[in-house]
Amino acid sequence: MPTVSSSRPTQPEAVSGGAGPAAAGVPFVKLDGVSLSYGGAGGLKALNDTTMSIEKGRFVAVVGPSGCGKSSLMKLATGLLPATEGTVSVAGSEVKGPLKIVGMAFQNSTLLPWRPLLSNVMLPLEIVQPHRSRLRAHKKEYVEKARDLLETVGLAEFENRFPWMLSGGMQQRANLCRSLIHDPDLLMLDEPFGALDAFTREELWGVLQDVWMKRRFTCILVTHDLREAAYLADTIYVMSARPGTIIATHEVDLPRPRTVETTFEPKFVDIVHTIRSEIAQVRNEAKLSAEASKRQTQKGNS
Amino acid sequence: MAPNTQKTLERFAPWIVTVGILALWQASVVIFNIESFLLPSPLDVLAAFQQYRDSVLFHAWQTMVSTLIGFGLGIAVGVLLGICIGSSRLAYAGLYPVLIAFNSVPKVATVPILVLWLGIGQPTAVATAFLLCFFPIAVNVATGLATVEPELEDVLRSLGASKIDILRKVGLPRAMPYFFASLKVAITLAFVGAVIAETLAANSGIGYLMIQASSQFRVPLMFAGLAVIAAMGVVTYLVFALLEQRMTGWAVRRQNVDQTGGG
Repeated sequence: MPTVSSSRPTQPEAVSGGAGPAAAGVPFVKLDGVSLSYGGAGGLKALNDTTMSIEKGRFVAVVGPSGCGKSSLMKLATGLLPATEGTVSVAGSEVKGPLKIVGMAFQNSTLLPWRPLLSNVMLPLEIVQPHRSRLRAHKKEYVEKARDLLETVGLAEFENRFPWMLSGGMQQRANLCRSLIHDPDLLMLDEPFGALDAFTREELWGVLQDVWMKRRFTCILVTHDLREAAYLADTIYVMSARPGTIIATHEVDLPRPRTVETTFEPKFVDIVHTIRSEIAQVRNEAKLSAEASKRQTQKGNS
Repeated sequence: MAPNTQKTLERFAPWIVTVGILALWQASVVIFNIESFLLPSPLDVLAAFQQYRDSVLFHAWQTMVSTLIGFGLGIAVGVLLGICIGSSRLAYAGLYPVLIAFNSVPKVATVPILVLWLGIGQPTAVATAFLLCFFPIAVNVATGLATVEPELEDVLRSLGASKIDILRKVGLPRAMPYFFASLKVAITLAFVGAVIAETLAANSGIGYLMIQASSQFRVPLMFAGLAVIAAMGVVTYLVFALLEQRMTGWAVRRQNVDQTGGG
């Protein structure tokens, strides 16, 4: 049984007011025996019998070999895809359609090229209630909020620039701001730093950690970068090759804020090594079983 | 220094070419002594235009009005159709083959039918202009809508955005460059439509004027008519090209930035 790490500075449940029935220990996001097949029950199986439970305010990372259904997991948790089997519930109620308050960010920053940065960041406010109906009357207040957010990620002076005038790292920072502007209770990140160079990536880990420590939303990060997972997450879920299922769970009880220095500590290196060997093992097993089944079919044919 | 002369040259190139062609034309008519009822020289055409100026301008105005009304209808129908095809797969599956079939019919062939329904005169010219120009608009708007990134759609859907929200906030702005590009093509086609209808069934318009001039062997006047159509086409094209630049600068600005960066 994983223990709750002692390093969490604040109890997020006490801070957030009235967002849902989230007492300590009660999971905020819960997947219960979830499977997902593309193209009906007989189709390609992406996820198999996955069970996860994530408490409110936790930072969770999901790692695994490529093609293991990490992104499918994200779509399930946000209700963008319905589960073939099992149930997904968020904030105590079962997920039946797309959730309405989730922040999402992908590897591709998908900023709108016709809008300056500030108005790009404010896009969710034009959609999510209650901001949507308040936006016009309280414009100033919201602009302030967006500016604050841009400042936290170091983009204050670029608010009037168009996205394509900025570097990839800057675009991804703005993307992060956009996913957070409406104070989501749940943030989903699908390899958000995957396309960036190593230095920018490490810098943005710090930025993301700062924002998370200030706001304490529940965050699910899908990544193939094990160091990224160990740097940012409280809990790391390791997935097997397709059809994906969770084969191990690791608690990262390193004190926060973590820095690039942390990544050289023996404890950090240990965690990364353990996970790496786990993934290597599932990849090998998958390879062997694929070869075995190939041999079998060849035998059957001849 | 060198890039500057290059730029000046580029700016004046269209004028140089136009004047060059006209000079060549004038020279060959004079040198080979071609009769003006076969090929009038540019100066003859200019003289004819001045002689019949009021009449030419009146008919040109008629053509312009027919074209613009047909073009306006084409925009309305084309945009709606484009939105339908671009945002619903069912509508795409149902409508697209029909549209392709419709578009492969030569529009001149529909003019006799239109005459039957609308009579001889301006309504037929308007309808022909419309029929010719709505198709590229519809196809381009649909293409533009289809370029919305699926990730962005996921982001918006997970915020609770409806299909209409996504269309308004992302789809339509994203389709704007495609829409404006199609307008430049469509306005030219609308002119073609209006003039075709006028040559076949009308009492006014440049097309009618040219048929009249032809029956009376006033060849310079016919060429004056052609020149007026060409001029109107170029001017409307420029208007929409400018509009495109103003409205969707974000789509081309990247290119400009790169260009200035490189040179």
